[in-house]
Amino acid sequence: MTARDNSYAAVMARKNEIMKASLGIDYDDFISSPIAFDYERMMRETGYAHEDIVRIQRETKVGDTPLLELRRLTAAVRRISGPGKGATILVKDEAANASGSFKARRASISAYEAARKGYKGMIAATSGNYGAAVASQCAQRGLKCIIVQEVFDSRYVGQPEIVEKGRACEAYGAEVLKLSVGPELFYMLLRTLEETGFFNASLYTPFGIRGIETLGTEIAAQVRARYGKDPDAVVITHAGGGNLTGTARGLLAAGCDATRIVACSVDLGGLHMASDRDFNRKSFTTGHTGFGVPFATWPDRVDVPRNAARSLRYMDEYQLVTQGEVFYVTELLAKWEGLERGPAGNTSLTAAVTLARQMDRDQIVVVQETEYTGAGKHHNAQLAFARENGIEVRRGDPRDNVPGKAIVIPERLEQVWGKVQDMDRLRLSYLRNAAKALPVEQWTDGDYAFLAADIKRGVDWVREHARAMSAGGA
Amino acid sequence: MAKVAKGTWVEIEQIVLKPEERAPTLPEDTKKVPYVLRVSGFLLEDAELEQEARIRTRIGRELAGILKTVNPSYSHSFGTVVPELLTIGTEAEQ
Repeated sequence: MTARDNSYAAVMARKNEIMKASLGIDYDDFISSPIAFDYERMMRETGYAHEDIVRIQRETKVGDTPLLELRRLTAAVRRISGPGKGATILVKDEAANASGSFKARRASISAYEAARKGYKGMIAATSGNYGAAVASQCAQRGLKCIIVQEVFDSRYVGQPEIVEKGRACEAYGAEVLKLSVGPELFYMLLRTLEETGFFNASLYTPFGIRGIETLGTEIAAQVRARYGKDPDAVVITHAGGGNLTGTARGLLAAGCDATRIVACSVDLGGLHMASDRDFNRKSFTTGHTGFGVPFATWPDRVDVPRNAARSLRYMDEYQLVTQGEVFYVTELLAKWEGLERGPAGNTSLTAAVTLARQMDRDQIVVVQETEYTGAGKHHNAQLAFARENGIEVRRGDPRDNVPGKAIVIPERLEQVWGKVQDMDRLRLSYLRNAAKALPVEQWTDGDYAFLAADIKRGVDWVREHARAMSAGGA
Repeated sequence: MAKVAKGTWVEIEQIVLKPEERAPTLPEDTKKVPYVLRVSGFLLEDAELEQEARIRTRIGRELAGILKTVNPSYSHSFGTVVPELLTIGTEAEQ
């Protein structure tokens, strides 16, 4: 083996060539400027037909998960809602996928593609359910698997939730590279891709996002078959944006044009995502604002040249909930609905309570995922760990929740109330980030059209705010 | 120091980046500590704890590092009881 310069700067400088070799996608073919690219053509040409995706997923135990009505929770929401209010709450039990989460959909097409193209294995950098999903799909396709995972702080203490996820990867036969806190996870991914020549199972390729579309098409078909109508709202836990993008695209492909797409994240405002100290003061490792906001307002901050997950393109509303509210609703799901599921997957269920209260009784709100639970990945484990790390845990008004300091578990269902975010503020933040990629003065008609579609706003709105940004020197 | 026999399931550690070699933009607390990797595999030769060792991982890759743990195992659990959770769903909501 020739000696390569493996310094941080040298590896990062080789990023583009490593990515090209490990993905087999030439992004230059779709890119027309530092901002614009042909998103739909990329999704079409590097993906598979919908029927192929369904068939590929059935081969590896993915999809066709049950859609369950939460009868007691719906009844309880109706008791605290105004007259005629209280929508029916349904949940898509994605824990039924191989490896126990919707992430199996995201990994399945990459694994098929990697095997088809003759790669010997796949690599993914993730501390989430995606690792187990990639490992499980690799196992079924006869591929080797490496998961690069941020696990512990400088005291070698790991959050129970992440430790469990690492264990699951190893249980499915993967090699797990367990790393300390830091954004160098991406550097480690690049190095390992280069050393092995494996396929990059990035979360953000068209393969990953197209694989999630079946979640949307299944929801459309199941709700129509049972209730004779389209879902009025679908709530989606939002972090990197893939879950939302894929599900929304599937719903649109099925013709659910009027279905409201609601994002939801756990509010971890004030905690630094790359901080060694803050690492173990977070009781959620995904589905939180530390990913949700930056990825919504600049999707291309990822390990591929252009991100296939573009949440603002599809998002109608964005709610933030607190850690305590999610733990409370997770407990209710077990006690009232007889479903013990992992807390991170219940982030969107928490937002659904808020939504259902405001929606009409004959309307339907769908929570589009659950995740498996077990040692470590359980709200009791996470709260006990938080307490050991000096976080205050108590019952009370969730508005008193302070990320990294206090987890306040509601006393009553009435106190569960997601905070609605200002969507235009997020869109403006996106435009400011776009202006960093290319100065506003240089934006072409093509860039304006792309930006308008990418934030679900008219071209005139984008032009008006671009002018203001330009005048303000932003 | 006791020898650990070839073929034993172990965990090794590598200092991937020293503090001064790390990414340029890091919070102060992270900047002070090295970037560390731990990985498990079967020992390729007899070795001693805290000494250089070579392993073969689950997927057959050979990696080197400092031998840290013999028979690394998982001990994460459901945690000690959190009394605040116990009454949820059986109290005022009923």
